[in-house]
Amino acid sequence: MLQVQLEIQLIAIVTAVACALPGVYLVLRRMTLMSDAISHAILPGIVLAFFLTESLSSPLLILAAAGTGVLTVVFVELLQRTKLVKEDAAIGLTFPALFSIGVILISRFAGNVHLDMDAVLLGELAYAPLNRLEIASYDLGPVSLYVMGGILMLSLVFIFVFYKELKLATFDAGLAATLGFAPALIHYGLMTLVSVTIVGAFDAVGSILVVALIAGPPATAYLMTDRLSRMLILSAVIGSVNAVSGYWLAHLFDVSIAGAIATMTLLVFGLIFLCVPNRGLIAIARRHARQRWEFAQTMLVIHLLNHEGLPEAEEESAIANLHEHLSWDPTFAHQVVRYALNNRCVLQEETQLVLTEHGRSVAQQALVQ
Amino acid sequence: MQALETKAIEVTDLTVAYQDKPVLWDIDLDVPPGVLLSIVGPNGAGKTTLIKAILGLVRPAAGNVLIYDKPYEMQRRIVGYVPQRGTVDWDFPTNVLDVVMMGRYGALGWIRRPGRQEREQALYALEKVGMEAYTTRQISQLSGGQQQRVFLARALVQDATVYLMDEPFQGVDATTERAIVTLLQELRANGKTVVVVHHDLQTVEDYFDWVMLLNIRRIASGPVTEIFTPENLRETYGGRVAFMKE
Repeated sequence: MLQVQLEIQLIAIVTAVACALPGVYLVLRRMTLMSDAISHAILPGIVLAFFLTESLSSPLLILAAAGTGVLTVVFVELLQRTKLVKEDAAIGLTFPALFSIGVILISRFAGNVHLDMDAVLLGELAYAPLNRLEIASYDLGPVSLYVMGGILMLSLVFIFVFYKELKLATFDAGLAATLGFAPALIHYGLMTLVSVTIVGAFDAVGSILVVALIAGPPATAYLMTDRLSRMLILSAVIGSVNAVSGYWLAHLFDVSIAGAIATMTLLVFGLIFLCVPNRGLIAIARRHARQRWEFAQTMLVIHLLNHEGLPEAEEESAIANLHEHLSWDPTFAHQVVRYALNNRCVLQEETQLVLTEHGRSVAQQALVQ
Repeated sequence: MQALETKAIEVTDLTVAYQDKPVLWDIDLDVPPGVLLSIVGPNGAGKTTLIKAILGLVRPAAGNVLIYDKPYEMQRRIVGYVPQRGTVDWDFPTNVLDVVMMGRYGALGWIRRPGRQEREQALYALEKVGMEAYTTRQISQLSGGQQQRVFLARALVQDATVYLMDEPFQGVDATTERAIVTLLQELRANGKTVVVVHHDLQTVEDYFDWVMLLNIRRIASGPVTEIFTPENLRETYGGRVAFMKE
């Protein structure tokens, strides 16, 4: 593997993890759309700061753009607080307004600078290693690795130190407020972190795909665990897996790396969504199917029990007549009988069905409930 | 004489408004220590808002609230709050024990994590509400009554002096309702003051010793035997009340 390949993958992993961690809290707060809004609304901040610094990864640019991100959250909440506009509409109004300012600024003034719309929307991970950090002509590696690494550290420290506060404010903001934990402060702290992360990731993956990195891994991890700490760890792992597999997918088909990572994010989510034990779609479908058979079997044994030892028993428990008595489709009745025979709830005695001890107790238990 | 006694909760001239629409008009309420008081009134009477105003969750347009003679901000540690069940997301990835331990967060303060002591307090509180078998249960798997018990346990570990509860009986089964009533009466017997937003007029006299009748303004408050009269109820509910004391 070439060094540049390794560097790109490292940047991708660090970016993915840095996005996934605050993303967990956005998913739990049902605010993933806000990350979409922030990722677009920071554009004017980026453009203005870019004019000043002429660099896409200077700290000033990150701060200015992150400021615009927090401003977006403030605007959305102010609009919402008037009670004249609902949250989704407030988001839908705010970020295109800010984004369009950025677009106009680029198209009007950025003709002679390196900043084009494609880079803004999609980013280009493949070029990320070209911008190197050099001190006294020593090559220390790609700048974006340091930028995202720093942001990731910030995230880790923030979440580790304020783990309890973030959890409480996310689960029950009312209790957090009464206990004196200032949920508004925690909220804006988190939003600042999200904005800084998005600005950092923007350079590498662009403003649209960053949302996939923020929402995808946490939404996937949410399906896999019942514990917040595990959800955070799983999100980081899934984000990394998506990043590396996405990189090689792009390599294989010679396509955009960011696009491939977002595709992998969706594929991995879909896989987990289908296959995760207990709450995946397949597990649910199998549970429903099993319940259907179990229930049919219970109906059958209750039917047999009700007529057991009575004069009409011979007529009622004849296999050939079952579907008529229970008004079942004949094939279905046949399948249910086989199911019950397999489970040793009934025995076949010539043309008759007879309850076993087990079958009788199943019927009796069902009737007691 | 009355004025010299310490009050657990003292609300004076409290008005809360959303925009210019008053939700509570000039409320005065004195709650003496050690009573079990229910706030009763029709929908939209401002019961929840009153609790939230006492807790500083909504800012009043006018008026003042004191808990044992001091503003709420200075008394957080002695006030326990049980919000309505529906205010939180029960699909949140956490378990019963963890939610109950949240009641200790206030005493822990910023940054410090709960440890073994908090765990033991939480387990004890869960035992008190009959939920000790559910400590590791994911909270989304609880019934409504069980959720309510978890919330009560969370308030119990706060070891507060004053408890404010918003509709703890809403949507719970008869067994849970009886368990909660026993618990409330036990709290009162231990000298705690308990204020409960309540909407079932039938049970007010059985469960509570004090009552406040509220409909935007305070209609009356005091011992149930004096205040819970047909005239007062008619005034509170505007004659629409079917239940009447014989």
